[in-house]
Amino acid sequence: MPQRKDLNKIMIVGAGPIIIGQACEFDYSGTQACRALKELGYDIVLVNSNPATIMTDPELADRTYIEPLTPEVVETIIARERPDALLPTMGGQTSLNIAVALAESGALENYGVELIGAKLEAIKRAEDRELFKLAMERIGLEMPKGGFAKSLDEAMEIVHQIGYPAIIRPSFTLGGTGGSVAYNVEEYKELVTRGLNASPIGEVLIEESILGWKEYELEVMRDLADNVVIICSIENLDPMGVHTGDSITVAPAQTLTDREYQRMRDAAIRIMREIGVETGGSNVQFAVHPDTGRMVVIEMNPRVSRSSALASKATGFPIAKMAAKLAVGLTLDEIQNDITGETPACFEPVLDYVVVKIPRWDFEKFPLADIRLGTQMKSVGEVMAIGRTFKEALQKGLRSLEKERYGLGADGKDRFPPFPEDDPHPEQSRQRIREGLRVPTNARIFYIRHAFRYGFSVDEIYELCRIDRWFLQQIQQIVALEDELRQAGKLELPKHRELLRRAKQFGFSDVQLAHISGMSEDEIRELRKQAGIVPVYKTVDTCAAEFRSQTPYFYSTYELENEAAPRDRKKIMILGGGPNRIGQGIEFDYCAVHAVLALKDEGYETIMVNCNPETVSTDYDIADRLYFEPLTFEDVMNIIDLEKPDGVIVQFGGQTPLKLALRLEKAGVPIIGTSPESIDLAEDRQRFEKLLASLGIRQPEAGTAFSFDDAKAIAERIGYPVLVRPSYVLGGRAMEIVYDADALKAYIDRATEVSPEHPILIDKFLEDAFEFDVDAIADGERVFIGGIMQHIEEAGIHSGDSSCMLPPYKLTAADEAILRQQTETLAKALNTVGLINIQFALKDGQIYVLEVNPRASRTVPFVGKATGVPMAKIAAKVMAGRQLREFSLPDTSNHRHMSCKTPVFPFNKFTGVPVYLGPEMKSTGEVMGIGDTFGEAFAKAQLGAGFRLPLFGAAAISVNDADKATVIPIARELARLGFRLKATRGTAQALRAAGLEVGILHKVNEGRPHIADAIINGDIQLVINTPLGRESRYDEYAIGAAALQRNIPCLTTLSAAAAAVQAIEFIQKQPFSVHCLQELYENGQ
Amino acid sequence: MKDYKDAVLLLDDGTLFRGKAFGAVGTTGGEVVFNTSMAGYQEILTDPSYKGQLVCMTYPHIGNYGINASDVESVRPQVSGFIVREGCTLPSNWRAGDSLDKYLQQAGIVGIQEIDTRALTRHIREHGAKRGIISSEEVRPEKLRDRFETLPEMQGQDLVRHVTCREAYEWTEPLPETWYSAFERLEKAHVFERRHLVVIDCGVKQNILRWARSIGFRVTVVPAFENADQILRRKPHAVLVSNGPGDPEPVTYVIDTLRQLIGQTPLFGICLGHQLLGLALGGRTFKLKYGHHGGNHPVKNLLTGKVEITSQNHGFAVDPGTLPKNEIELTHVNLNDHTLEGFRHRNLPIFSVQYHPEASPGPHDSGYLFHELQNMVLNRSE
Repeated sequence: MPQRKDLNKIMIVGAGPIIIGQACEFDYSGTQACRALKELGYDIVLVNSNPATIMTDPELADRTYIEPLTPEVVETIIARERPDALLPTMGGQTSLNIAVALAESGALENYGVELIGAKLEAIKRAEDRELFKLAMERIGLEMPKGGFAKSLDEAMEIVHQIGYPAIIRPSFTLGGTGGSVAYNVEEYKELVTRGLNASPIGEVLIEESILGWKEYELEVMRDLADNVVIICSIENLDPMGVHTGDSITVAPAQTLTDREYQRMRDAAIRIMREIGVETGGSNVQFAVHPDTGRMVVIEMNPRVSRSSALASKATGFPIAKMAAKLAVGLTLDEIQNDITGETPACFEPVLDYVVVKIPRWDFEKFPLADIRLGTQMKSVGEVMAIGRTFKEALQKGLRSLEKERYGLGADGKDRFPPFPEDDPHPEQSRQRIREGLRVPTNARIFYIRHAFRYGFSVDEIYELCRIDRWFLQQIQQIVALEDELRQAGKLELPKHRELLRRAKQFGFSDVQLAHISGMSEDEIRELRKQAGIVPVYKTVDTCAAEFRSQTPYFYSTYELENEAAPRDRKKIMILGGGPNRIGQGIEFDYCAVHAVLALKDEGYETIMVNCNPETVSTDYDIADRLYFEPLTFEDVMNIIDLEKPDGVIVQFGGQTPLKLALRLEKAGVPIIGTSPESIDLAEDRQRFEKLLASLGIRQPEAGTAFSFDDAKAIAERIGYPVLVRPSYVLGGRAMEIVYDADALKAYIDRATEVSPEHPILIDKFLEDAFEFDVDAIADGERVFIGGIMQHIEEAGIHSGDSSCMLPPYKLTAADEAILRQQTETLAKALNTVGLINIQFALKDGQIYVLEVNPRASRTVPFVGKATGVPMAKIAAKVMAGRQLREFSLPDTSNHRHMSCKTPVFPFNKFTGVPVYLGPEMKSTGEVMGIGDTFGEAFAKAQLGAGFRLPLFGAAAISVNDADKATVIPIARELARLGFRLKATRGTAQALRAAGLEVGILHKVNEGRPHIADAIINGDIQLVINTPLGRESRYDEYAIGAAALQRNIPCLTTLSAAAAAVQAIEFIQKQPFSVHCLQELYENGQ
Repeated sequence: MKDYKDAVLLLDDGTLFRGKAFGAVGTTGGEVVFNTSMAGYQEILTDPSYKGQLVCMTYPHIGNYGINASDVESVRPQVSGFIVREGCTLPSNWRAGDSLDKYLQQAGIVGIQEIDTRALTRHIREHGAKRGIISSEEVRPEKLRDRFETLPEMQGQDLVRHVTCREAYEWTEPLPETWYSAFERLEKAHVFERRHLVVIDCGVKQNILRWARSIGFRVTVVPAFENADQILRRKPHAVLVSNGPGDPEPVTYVIDTLRQLIGQTPLFGICLGHQLLGLALGGRTFKLKYGHHGGNHPVKNLLTGKVEITSQNHGFAVDPGTLPKNEIELTHVNLNDHTLEGFRHRNLPIFSVQYHPEASPGPHDSGYLFHELQNMVLNRSE
């Protein structure tokens, strides 16, 4: 079937901000869809609220809207653009939900917009668990027993029939939000209540427990001619009970016979047809009882997903790209498999390697969070590793995580000694190991190794964790080889040649080998090279080498034949950012991708190295050559040894490649752009202090402490409060504001454990200052300032967690001139070639430099979107030798519109974690709001972040003493806008004294009903609550948690409160206008 | 870990791969082919079409789910040798009995593991199918080289005579319900109780027989040497000529039989059976560079326009240009290399496919062909 000619303009809705359960994968899918449909000649209208996406680059779509993803806003855009069709399957659950809302409200019909990719009925059949269950019954497929409940009473009835443990899943939520397992009636009641609240339709599904069953996923594609193919099978290493997003998963399925696999395949195809997904990719999940083979269907997603991104990277078959083409009528046999270039896309990829995906958790960011894994996803990112065996892929994956682990233990970071004989309390350790196996956590995979070391058998381990014995045996083989290596001791040639080769084939890193043999990593590397044990690179080709492949997409292994023949072109290697984590996410992938595109444009061959399967950077269509490899020194050096690039870019991938910079440079690798030495200088407090002093630039008083006494002396000299942190961190990890010596002592006790080799940094904390971020590009001579952003929250909140406004909303021309001048001075002093980001603080008319990072920053994409200047691309070209004067750069000091960036937080995934902000970054993603005024931009950003500012109602106010004066004008404005005011006693007194009418709310410790009760009861529509230090923490936690539960905006700084008031005033007066980027840029700034 | 003996795989062009023994220790020879199926090694091992071949599995982990009693295509492993990247010693599956290693040992099948199977596959892809010798007794290549003199080329060899049954027998086992019941509509089975299908056994896979039984036929399997008279005396409602190993051209006795059966009874050919029918109808066959062996080949049904993902295992193919156009309609084509995958007779109840509608291993997309056989017989006798 040829592509449809009756469609001209197609709208694609993205997934919005990065949150747990919805990450870069939707930028990858959306970007592919845009490119594919544009290639076919369609006009694309794109909507997404996330500025850090490639898909929102103005050249990808014809009309790009960075606007909040709500049905109302999307409808406004539809009214303006009048697309012929809406493709809702590329933007995750967010996009699907909007499509459903618009279809049901009749908006699509009104505007004559056709849903393509998935029809409303199909979406509903797949998403509504009741309809889905009926559909499965019709085609003779089993599901877990259970039923739906809309109330606790109904839920109690169901559990009487199925017993405990029972699984509770709220309907229509994302990433398993609110999903849980109840083992007893008390727990059950609590979890059902939480689930009913979490579900937008107040419904939960209660199911028999299939905990411990084997879990599988199939990625399925169907076209309009009813051709159906399975792209990839995935087996979860963690059995049922752990959310797929939190499971280690393996492709292809490892422990199914062909008959079992074909039964599952048949079922998946039947499901596609019965649910009625006409075109595109879907994901179907199954569980198989390990002892009987009974198979049940868990669920299906009628859209591309995290799993389909993984499957695309795992097989080389680009599911989203194909799905987009199928949605406009092409059939699978009409599309070419672009990896082979000679066979059609209508086939099923086969692998001749093993793919392992491992999630990354950042629990240390949320010390009170429950680290047990369950049906609610908690991981913030993931890595994928490819090896010729599971053993190799697993160990590569573990070192790709960048959790300071270099494989499956044996790296000097283990919790238990390698041999029980060396353990003074082996029985206690065995008990802890048993516990570690029984309770799924992020560390369980390591406990399996410990268990083997402590003499557990495969069967014993299996009984405790239900991880399939096949995986256990593979791990046992790794442990057995570790034993052999331990016996060998110091490695020598030629004696240990075969052992060394085998160790590399089993995925052992040089760091592990160094640790086991008591040698250094460099010695191991040298020894390997002497022995000729270097990796070969094999191709991901969709077809297990049956056909030649055109696409250089490689992974390393230790075997005979190398397929990656370096080409003789000028080439630049770009190191990616590795797994998403809090503090380092899609923004750096955006920068890395821009670097690739820019350098391709300059005629270089580009080489991308990365291990994050969600990203655009690991799309084999982006760079000329893709190495899907861990970003460790060893793995990167191996590629460099083979490719011998003319330049390597480490400044665009966040902390991951930066950590390697100095070592790479020392190894003679040509790092282009700002030198690692300069980057290091900016990170080194003492040297940097000297530099600033010599430039006459002020920074908050500071000191470096190597002991508590040091620290105390420094803090007393500069005066409390002080900001303390270990050196070399990203995302403000382990950073705190302390107000006295006791707190300082408590902090140091904790922090020195975090990074023992680094001293503690102490800065004067500038309370009530305003913060600014400046992003600029320097070429060695000139400096171009891309944007100045003013934080809405005052200093002390991590810049990544702070909302900010571009241009600044409160900055005098004189101060701005100083910021600009200091930026130039610093960029030049650091010999910056490329991007530089500087954070400033303004307090009492004095400007301070807080931090300088001569590299890509988190705000680069936002600045790019706000100004239309492709900062990262220009910077990459400058790094490759171009001069700034060669580009036509706009004047960025003149703005017609306001752009607001607002973070989103994962607090709803970590129940019991305090909802308050500080110097340690906690957000997972961000949205952007564009408006003609400050109020509009802020209101849109809030809406994009999921907070609907109230138009009327009651505002609860509770602020600390320092804020009591400042809150008065804000409260007065709220009253003027028609809000009823309520406040806790102290605040209320202050407000009443100012002549405002205020009701009193109890603090949480003052007896009930208190402020949190009022929030939960729905009596409050807006909360302003600034922290008061330790005593009020309890209050803040309760208030924050209550606000979160009711999804009520809770403003924890007065500047945010003031912004919210302006925003409320705006939305009371008029509906949002929507802005198309292409128009904004055309009209100029 | 268990220590395996050193082993080598030597190709007739001198290429050498060193690895470790797997399965029986010994020396074996045959044509090296690669199979890209990621599961289904037990069905592959027991498929008589692999007679005379050393099968290299491209998926690196083989043996994961062990060996069970039921997933077999004949009573014993048929391959001449087995080549894997990593054999599994501790299988894990609820139906698993022995490990693959032990099973091969007991069956005396010589294998090799720990070799770069991808490099081997690429070698075959670039240079064509090669004869090879696996040995875990003699690992010095110069000592093995002579053996190629007695190792025949695949082309020109009649391997059917080695795998066909000695005597005719009735087949009664249907498809196992666990794996098929929910998906295949067999409602016409009762109509079929008195319909008789004779299967010419050129090395038949048991799943063909199970399918035939499940759609209701009384199934008689006869040796490939049975001539047309003998077959017709069995009063068949249709004759199925099965898959089997090697080159179809030297299997002249079956070709002769088929020539005589054309027009006498409905005919359905599968794989080698398809090639034999092609030859009987006046066509020619040729050897493919490295054949089709796997479970993911897209085949387009030219009559419906639909694509099915098929199970394939053949080294030879029918040249479509040599078939009489006025009599034969091409019905299926391979979308990867555009080779012929199926045809039917314009006037007579004859059709055949190059691939495996019985799957096993592989996707079930093509099971409809058995229903077509069923319909062909029904239309004729009603």
